[in-house]
Amino acid sequence: MRNIFLFIRRYFIFFTFLILEVVSLWFLFNYNRFHRAKFLGVATEMTGRINNQYNKVEDYFSLKEENHRVHKLNDSLLNLLKRNFIQRDTSMQLVKDSVPYDTAGHYRRYFFRDASVIYNTVNDQKNYLQLNRGSNQGIKDNMAVVGSDGSVVGVVMNVSPNFCQVMSLLHVQSTINASLKKGGESGTVEWDGKDPQYLLLKKIPKTVEINKGDTVLTSTYSYNIPPGYMVGTVADIKVDNTTGMYLLKVKTAANFYSLHQVHIIENIDREEQVKLFDETRKKNEETKKSSH
Amino acid sequence: MSDFLKNIIRFIIFLLVQVYVLNKIPHLHHFITPYLYYLFILWLPFSISRLGLLVVGFITGLVLDYFMMTPGLHAAACLLIAYIRPFVINILSPKDITELTYKAPSPKAMGWTPYAVYVLILTLFHHGYMVFLEWLDFGSFLDFIIKVVATTGISMLLIFTVELLFPRKSKFRTNTP
Repeated sequence: MRNIFLFIRRYFIFFTFLILEVVSLWFLFNYNRFHRAKFLGVATEMTGRINNQYNKVEDYFSLKEENHRVHKLNDSLLNLLKRNFIQRDTSMQLVKDSVPYDTAGHYRRYFFRDASVIYNTVNDQKNYLQLNRGSNQGIKDNMAVVGSDGSVVGVVMNVSPNFCQVMSLLHVQSTINASLKKGGESGTVEWDGKDPQYLLLKKIPKTVEINKGDTVLTSTYSYNIPPGYMVGTVADIKVDNTTGMYLLKVKTAANFYSLHQVHIIENIDREEQVKLFDETRKKNEETKKSSH
Repeated sequence: MSDFLKNIIRFIIFLLVQVYVLNKIPHLHHFITPYLYYLFILWLPFSISRLGLLVVGFITGLVLDYFMMTPGLHAAACLLIAYIRPFVINILSPKDITELTYKAPSPKAMGWTPYAVYVLILTLFHHGYMVFLEWLDFGSFLDFIIKVVATTGISMLLIFTVELLFPRKSKFRTNTP
C-alpha cells in the first residue's frame, strides 16, 4: 500500500497530466459532433470486426439450411424463366380456369419442383437415384431431373407416395435426345456402362463439323426434358464407319458422384403431346389398312 | 504590478487577440490557421510549479475552446505543451543561470537560438497534436505534414514578430519579492 502511494506521489505530475488529458479528450469526443461520430465509427469498426469473425464461425453451422434456402429460391426462379412458357394464339382459344396461365398471357409449359437426392449409385450398370418427392407432391413418371447447376441428371421412372426413383443418365437403357449447341444437330445420348464420367452421343452424321469441347444440350425434340439444359461436353470424337455416324464421347456436365440438390421438371403438356403422337400413329395404321 | 496580475492581463489579451483578430482574418489557405495564444504558456515564469503549469495550460486551452466551439481540442494540445515545457527548458538551458537570474523564458534569458528551438519544439508539439485531433486520422499523410509545417511556420513568424515588437523587460530575480 505504501509503495502504491509512493508510486503515485512520484508520478503525480504525470498522472495529473494524464487525467486532464483524458478530461479534455472526453470534452472533445462528447461535445463535438464530428469527433463523436469519428470515435463511434472507430468503436463500431472494432466491434464490427469481432462480430464479423464470430459470424464466420456461426455461418458455418447454418450452411446446410442456407443451401436449402438458396436451392428453393433457385427453384422458384427457374419457374419464372421465359423458356418455360410458350406463346399460343389466344384469339382462337377456349377460355378456362386461369391457373396455368401467367399474367402476360404466356402459357406455362414447364414447372419446377425442388428435391434432394437421398440415394444414388454410379457403379452399377443400371444406376438409379432416389429423391424425396413422390406422387403426394405431384411427381409423375417421365419427368426430367436436372442438377442444381442445370445439368441433366435423368428421368423419373417410378413414383411412390413420398419418393420417386430416377433413372440416371448412367443407365444402360437410358436414352435421351440431345443436340449440339453449335449447329443444332440432334442425336441420342446413351451410356455404355463403363465410365461414369462419359456418355455416348450417337446418330450425328459424319458431315457435321465437331470439335472437342463442344457443348451438348438437351434437344427440343423431347416430351420429357425441356430444351437447352446441359448434358456435357464432347471429349472424344470417333467415326463409326459402318453407319457413317459419329460416335462421340461426352463428358457429363453433372457430377454424379456428388448430387445433393436437384430440380424435377414437369412438362405440363406432356399428356396431350403423347396422346397426339399415339393417335396419329393409330390413324396412320388405320389408313394403311383401309388403303389395302 | 504583481506577476500574477500581469499574467492575467496577458492571458486575456492573448485570448482576445487569438479569438477576435487571428481567427477572424481571412485565412491565407485552408491549411493555415495562425495561432499565437499558446505563447502565453511559453511566457509563464520559470518558477511556476509543474502542477500549476498543467492547470494553467488546461484552463487556457479550455477557455479558447469555448470561444471557438470546439471543447477539448485546444485544451488537450495546451496540456501537452504545458507538460513537456519543463523538460524542454531543462535540456536547452543550463538550470543554474536561467532559473537564478531570469524569471521567465525569453530570448534574452536563454539566448536567441535556444529560445527559438524552445519555441519551435513546443509549437510543433502543439500543432501536431492539435491537427491530429482535429482530423483524427491523418487524411493523406502529406496533407497532415503540410498543415502542421505551414501552421508552425506562421506561428513562428507571429511569435518572433511579437518578441521583436514587444520586448519584455528582462526581469532579474531578486531576493525581495
